[in-house]
Amino acid sequence: MRPDLSVLLLTTLIGAGQGLFLALVTVQVYALFALLPAQDGRTFFAPGSVIAVVLLVAGLAASFLHLGRPERAWRAAAKWRTSWLSREVIVLPAFIAVVFLYGAAHFLGYTPVLAELPSNIPIDVTVVLGLIGTVLAFGLFLCTGMIYACLPFLREWASPLTVVNFTLMGGASGFTVAAALSAWTAPVLTSFLAGWALILTMLAFAGRIASLVRNAKLRPKSTLQTAIGVKHPNIVQKSQGFLGGSFNTREFFHGRSRQFLRSIRWAFPLAAFAVPAGLLAASLMGATETLLPVAAAIQYAGLLAERWFFFAEANHPQNLYYQAVA
Amino acid sequence: MTQLALVIDLNVCVGCHACVTSCKQWNTSGSAGPLADFNPYGADPTGTFFNRVQTFEVGEFPNTQIVHFPKSCLHCEDPPCVPVCPTGASYKRAEDGIVLVDYDKCIGCKYCSWACPYGVRELDEERKVMTKCTLCVDRIYDTALPEAERKPACVLACPTSARLFGDIHDPDSVVSEAIRENAGYPLMPEWGTRPSNHYLPRRKTAIRIHEDELVRSDNPLKIDGLLPKPAKAEPSLDDVTSW
Repeated sequence: MRPDLSVLLLTTLIGAGQGLFLALVTVQVYALFALLPAQDGRTFFAPGSVIAVVLLVAGLAASFLHLGRPERAWRAAAKWRTSWLSREVIVLPAFIAVVFLYGAAHFLGYTPVLAELPSNIPIDVTVVLGLIGTVLAFGLFLCTGMIYACLPFLREWASPLTVVNFTLMGGASGFTVAAALSAWTAPVLTSFLAGWALILTMLAFAGRIASLVRNAKLRPKSTLQTAIGVKHPNIVQKSQGFLGGSFNTREFFHGRSRQFLRSIRWAFPLAAFAVPAGLLAASLMGATETLLPVAAAIQYAGLLAERWFFFAEANHPQNLYYQAVA
Repeated sequence: MTQLALVIDLNVCVGCHACVTSCKQWNTSGSAGPLADFNPYGADPTGTFFNRVQTFEVGEFPNTQIVHFPKSCLHCEDPPCVPVCPTGASYKRAEDGIVLVDYDKCIGCKYCSWACPYGVRELDEERKVMTKCTLCVDRIYDTALPEAERKPACVLACPTSARLFGDIHDPDSVVSEAIRENAGYPLMPEWGTRPSNHYLPRRKTAIRIHEDELVRSDNPLKIDGLLPKPAKAEPSLDDVTSW
């Protein structure tokens, strides 16, 4: 498949935004049970929410660039009963709205207590918004992953690992951003967030390696024999029916050399997982905290490369019909 | 239930591309908008087509067969491109089973083309919407046309009648009979899409003749020759030496 920059940006940016929001809610829930020191809404949660909203809105804006007719994008909410893409189109704006309200409530200090848990733990509006947002964040990971995982003949994608990895990679990048942010806004949390970022990065590393191993073992189900229905081991295409290009020759191939593909396959696990994990570990062991923004930047670049490879690796069966110009 | 479809006879197709050009001509001239071409006389032409004729070589020289293979939307009975469409622009008509795109609803997200294993949907680069074979839906119901011409443009254009058109759910239709009698098959059955369009395989007429059908085993002229030859010294039945 051809990796379209708009989709690479969409999936990586909203993943980081979801992860960042989950990191904020994690801190708040830990603090609720007095496992972490409570944070000020205005200095910690509000700036974090602003960055999450910026990431999510940037992703949403990038997704419009993918459309041929962006002015009709509102129609995409129609078929949520059957289409994961439609579900994503509904969940993403809903999630952005909740993150915005969560940040606004923290910024304005609007925290009326709605309920109380035993032992006098107050459940205020921000906690409720945080929990609603958590459900939407995981729902959005599910939608984004299933858009790819639900296509059975794109076998590199059609696996539960796709959904798991979208979740883990989004979580890892979001927690790394949260750790970098906390170095400025709440240094007491930095080691907690960097620790979770390291754990999620390593889990995402494992999940992505698992999918690389799985995909390397795939054998194509569709062949030229099933594509044209002729039972013979030696079939060669002599003409695809036209001399120039077409949508079919552009949309389903990454257009780079095998060498380039191979180099990205080696580069993205380093940039997305290994190097950020090393930097996170170094910061946990007391190195300077300026490493954390560097780790977040390298990890984001690595995840862009990962997403490029995710598309480039997927081999669409329609390519069987477009193997020789003339 | 009606399921309109094409049956394409690979035994008859000569790869002349008449179906490609007639399809383009009909569908670029209709009210649904043109099928845009870009750079048609330049070095790198590109354009939208609903129908392509491809050519495959089967076997190794000198035992090869050329198979010309027309490819257009198969109007699957279980089309994977339809449920993934977020807007409902892609739909399958209940009354005749044609898979269509509502060009006024399509947002050009290309997701349906990813979901089609056959690669028969093409995004029109000018209109920025997904386009595909309509089975000439604007022609086959047109009562202003003589009844014999209420067929897809490709079917009418085919000089060798390699393309048949009809309802594959009607067991007495010409297409059902062709599929049944001539071993029609669907493409990529492994994905469970149940394509409506079927292809008829290449066929060779061969008569199997066994040896004993060429040489009569009970031919009286041959019976003598089959007897063991007596040795020179042995007397024969009529007291004449065998040689």
